[in-house]
Amino acid sequence: MAAATTSDGALTTADGIPLKASLARAERRNRNRALLLVTPLFAFILVFFLMPIFDMLTRSVDNTVVGSVLVRSVPVLSQWDDSSGELPSEAVFKAMVLDIQDGRETRTIGKVGTRMNYEKSGMTSLFRKSGRRAKQIKEAPYKEALIKLDKKWGDINTWRLLKRESDAQTLTHYLASIDMRFNDSGEVVRQPEEKQIYINLFIRTLKLSALITVLCLVLGYPISYLLATLPVRTSNLLMILVLLPFWTSLLVRTTAWIALLQKQGVINDFLVGVGLIGDDGRLAMIHNAIGTVVAMVHILLPFMVLPLYSVMKTIPPSYVRAARSMGATPWTAFWRVYVPNTVSGIGAGGILVFIIAIGYYITPALVGGVSGTLISNFIAQHISVTLNWGLAAALGSVLLALVLALYILYDKIVGIDNMKMG
Amino acid sequence: MADQSSSDYVRFINVQKSYDGESLVVKNLNLDIARGEFVTMLGPSGSGKTTCLMMLAGFETATHGEIILDGDSINDVAPHHRGIGMVFQSYALFPHMTIFENLAFPLEVRKQSKSEIETRVKKALDMVRMGAFGTRRPAQLSGGQQQRIAVARALVFEPKLVLMDEPLGALDKNLREEMQYEIKHIHNNLEVTVVYVTHDQSEALTMSNRIAVFNDGVIQQLAPPEDLYERPDNAFVAQFIGENNTLIGSVRELNGTACVVELGDGSIINALSVNVGNKGEQSTLSLRPERVTINPEAGSLPNIVDADVKELIYLGDHIRTRVDVCGHDDFIVKMPNSATHASLTPGDTVKVGWLAEDCRALDAPVDRGVT
Amino acid sequence: MKFLPRKTLIAAATAAVVAGGIAPAQAVDLVFVSWGGAYTASQQKAYHDPFMAANPGIKIINDDSAANGIAKIRAMNETGNVTWALVDAVASAAITLCDEGLIEVIDHDKMLAPAPDGTPASKDFGDLIVSECFIPQIVYSTTFGYRKDLVKTPPTSIADVFDLKKIPGKRSLEKAPIGNLEWALLAEGVPVGDVYDILSEKAGVDRALAKLDTIKDQVVWWTKGAQTPQLLADGEVVIGSTYNGRLFSVIEEEKQPIAMMWDWQVFDLDGWVIPKGAPHRAEVMKYLRFATDTQRLADQAKFISYGPARKSSAPMVGKHASLGIEMGPHMPTAPANAKNTLLFNYEWWADHRDELDEVFNAWLAK
Repeated sequence: MAAATTSDGALTTADGIPLKASLARAERRNRNRALLLVTPLFAFILVFFLMPIFDMLTRSVDNTVVGSVLVRSVPVLSQWDDSSGELPSEAVFKAMVLDIQDGRETRTIGKVGTRMNYEKSGMTSLFRKSGRRAKQIKEAPYKEALIKLDKKWGDINTWRLLKRESDAQTLTHYLASIDMRFNDSGEVVRQPEEKQIYINLFIRTLKLSALITVLCLVLGYPISYLLATLPVRTSNLLMILVLLPFWTSLLVRTTAWIALLQKQGVINDFLVGVGLIGDDGRLAMIHNAIGTVVAMVHILLPFMVLPLYSVMKTIPPSYVRAARSMGATPWTAFWRVYVPNTVSGIGAGGILVFIIAIGYYITPALVGGVSGTLISNFIAQHISVTLNWGLAAALGSVLLALVLALYILYDKIVGIDNMKMG
Repeated sequence: MADQSSSDYVRFINVQKSYDGESLVVKNLNLDIARGEFVTMLGPSGSGKTTCLMMLAGFETATHGEIILDGDSINDVAPHHRGIGMVFQSYALFPHMTIFENLAFPLEVRKQSKSEIETRVKKALDMVRMGAFGTRRPAQLSGGQQQRIAVARALVFEPKLVLMDEPLGALDKNLREEMQYEIKHIHNNLEVTVVYVTHDQSEALTMSNRIAVFNDGVIQQLAPPEDLYERPDNAFVAQFIGENNTLIGSVRELNGTACVVELGDGSIINALSVNVGNKGEQSTLSLRPERVTINPEAGSLPNIVDADVKELIYLGDHIRTRVDVCGHDDFIVKMPNSATHASLTPGDTVKVGWLAEDCRALDAPVDRGVT
Repeated sequence: MKFLPRKTLIAAATAAVVAGGIAPAQAVDLVFVSWGGAYTASQQKAYHDPFMAANPGIKIINDDSAANGIAKIRAMNETGNVTWALVDAVASAAITLCDEGLIEVIDHDKMLAPAPDGTPASKDFGDLIVSECFIPQIVYSTTFGYRKDLVKTPPTSIADVFDLKKIPGKRSLEKAPIGNLEWALLAEGVPVGDVYDILSEKAGVDRALAKLDTIKDQVVWWTKGAQTPQLLADGEVVIGSTYNGRLFSVIEEEKQPIAMMWDWQVFDLDGWVIPKGAPHRAEVMKYLRFATDTQRLADQAKFISYGPARKSSAPMVGKHASLGIEMGPHMPTAPANAKNTLLFNYEWWADHRDELDEVFNAWLAK
């Protein structure tokens, strides 16, 4: 009726407009409306998710502080040949003295010191001391005066370091986050053994998170099954028990774990009481990796149970019944028919728990001791204590990259569209 | 086919079932099903028919009584050892397996060889004319196709007994009728015993050798389809199967197979005594609409009463006429659409009449309790 | 009320605003950031309450987030929205913040009250002004508490902390190199004056860590000051380091079977810093002049067992406000407690903190 055909065979509407164009116009309105509806969320994600991530990535390589404070020295220093084996020229020293004097006025010279101290210990005091005393230097020769002020200015490696780290971007933080560094001559080398920490921490974080995820699955699967199959009234009660950790303050929970797990705690008392262990053989279950795992499994269990539950809820009991009627034993019916249908829930719950576990830092800090400390504890420490935000950002970026890599791996093996939250 | 009596293959003996320990869902059920028979359990929802099927399949345990399959008690046999095929209302095809894998599943768990599985699955798929669909997944099939696969899967391991729990409930009317014939044919060809559950009486009438009408946990009547329609035993069956006019009165006279019933407005009706108590007790008179004659010659029928025409519905081959008879204004008469019949209009007063044999005097009205 | 002409209203409003700028009689809310708990309570009673009583227009609002103080000050500075008027910070944090230019430089003599005898503030505080941006408030110490009932012989020296034969059982130490490295060397008998010179060499750090190695598997590492008192109370450790004020309250207020071991307590300082761009400068200056005078600093010791930072306050320390015990002997600065004390070399730690944190954490993970 309304459709006709043009000479080239394309369909048109009754008034001769190509059908495709007409359809596109009709659809556009719906599309615009849909777009309008998602705009607030899109803006929200942009401002509170993408921009912070971008900011973090920027910070992990940001090194503008040196160039912006040492405005005179950096350009002249760049012309110095650092392989010459000689100290920079008088002009460089003069620029440095003036920069330090200005930096002292504007209270910015300390930032350079802090920044340089990440590379080499002693730089904080060098810049602070120089800042205090540089105003005494009024005229040439600046070189001698500055070296007299602190002999580190006479060390060629100080200047090499300054030259290397005067670019607006630096890889230092990324190197540090994978236990590497620049040596005095600017080559990338491994950190000395007594300073290698982060790679082991990343590995431990991944291992513990995987263990926590597996334990959550092992504990959460039967509970979810019960929740999905019990009558509503019973399952509601059970659901409340599962969600209880959500409603309990962290401090209360922490105290409870300590009371349970510590050496003089309930579990140890019980084990000693029934004679399973001697009084001097009490188990260390808190302030170590066990504490972290127990506490995190407790906290994260609901994140495993809820997706599993919502998936299991949709599996009709007739699947297992059909399998049984066809001759499958209860185990075969469960393993070959029930479990495959919950894979989407396992995937969703697993990823949720794993990703939250990988970034969790409050609980490990409270009950994790040394062996239960995760990489996020160090990120938190660099954010709030040492103020080395560049390193914190680099560690965060490496963590983000690891998570994305695992995500892609999951997609390759299981398929992301197989994931179902409910 | 009701007389086809090989040894009783499935037997329910005094079976009772309670879920809460307070009320019985199935009350003292006795039912014998012969080998090769197609028996339908028909009844409204909550009548206990599905519970019976689930007890037979092994997914529910009988609270009391015994269930016998092929001579052996199966009360304590696990479902997977019963060797009973089952088709579910929702098909219950495994969504994570292809059609081929779905059909192969019962054979695999029976540890059959690969080649054996392949030939038998192919045969089963061909049987339901789905041979080309082996590599698809259930979600890619239409409802009717899924239904066929579900039937094929229940039969592929050649069970002697197949249970079907409202298997056509989710299909539209045309497809449902087509599938009824298809299932019927498979039943005839394979000579399996089928126990079929439905709440759709026309489905039951079309397919079954015998129908067990369930209500309130009790089999109200177990009979071949034509008996059920022509000769209902009680008011519930009369009303549940087919269209039915109901007149309520009390028994005035009882005389062998004949009786006289006085209706509420004083009319006297001659009826066939089927299931009445003593004189003076309540009785439900059941009369099929097509057995009523409009404007009979005076004296030609034992029962002739006045009727006010209330409503006419044109249905092509016949005209449904609703009339007020003896104070019952929901009395239906099916008037053949032929030239000989005078056209009526609402408001007319006519005579209607019927034979005493067509008017069955049954037990007291259903809503006052059958038991 | 009759309708006033519009112009009059505007004029009145303008006048009020102008007046507000000059006379602090207008209501002003000051957000002070401190550590919360007993510490904030002691500041409230000793400083805030009397100050607000004298200045009805000023309201002090406590914010307990000093633990994240450094990071938040930096974040506020970056966004240009500084809401904190005054922040309580430990000395090392003040030094870092001052280096970063995130807090104001203080002219102690001009801004703060002199001692009652006329000694200028900078002399009265003396060495404790470890940074030109820092107004010292209290001296606290990190020292040891032990379970009287769980040790056979009471520990008397820092060497006992490292002696598993004399004091068997778990001990708790802070999960940081600062303090622990010094103690390790002092326990070996290194003279206090040489500690930082020795630690400046890699061999010195190795030596300190080797000493810590001897007790490593018996150490529970703490990150929050409240942990050691709890661990001691639970019997999880028999001896542990923490802030002396925490030990005071667990011993004197909760009456736990715990005692103090003061040998080589490490002094640290806590005081006020003003974030750059902080609001209500005039009111804050008025508060600081009041709250850091000799009497007020001595008053705080009535509520918590930390020593006042002014020399002139020491003789004025009296009795605990509710327990009624003499606070003098509980001060870390009391002569009986202060036989061997160590004051952090902040300058040295500012240089070495980053590096030693890494070394220490790598050592912990081994």
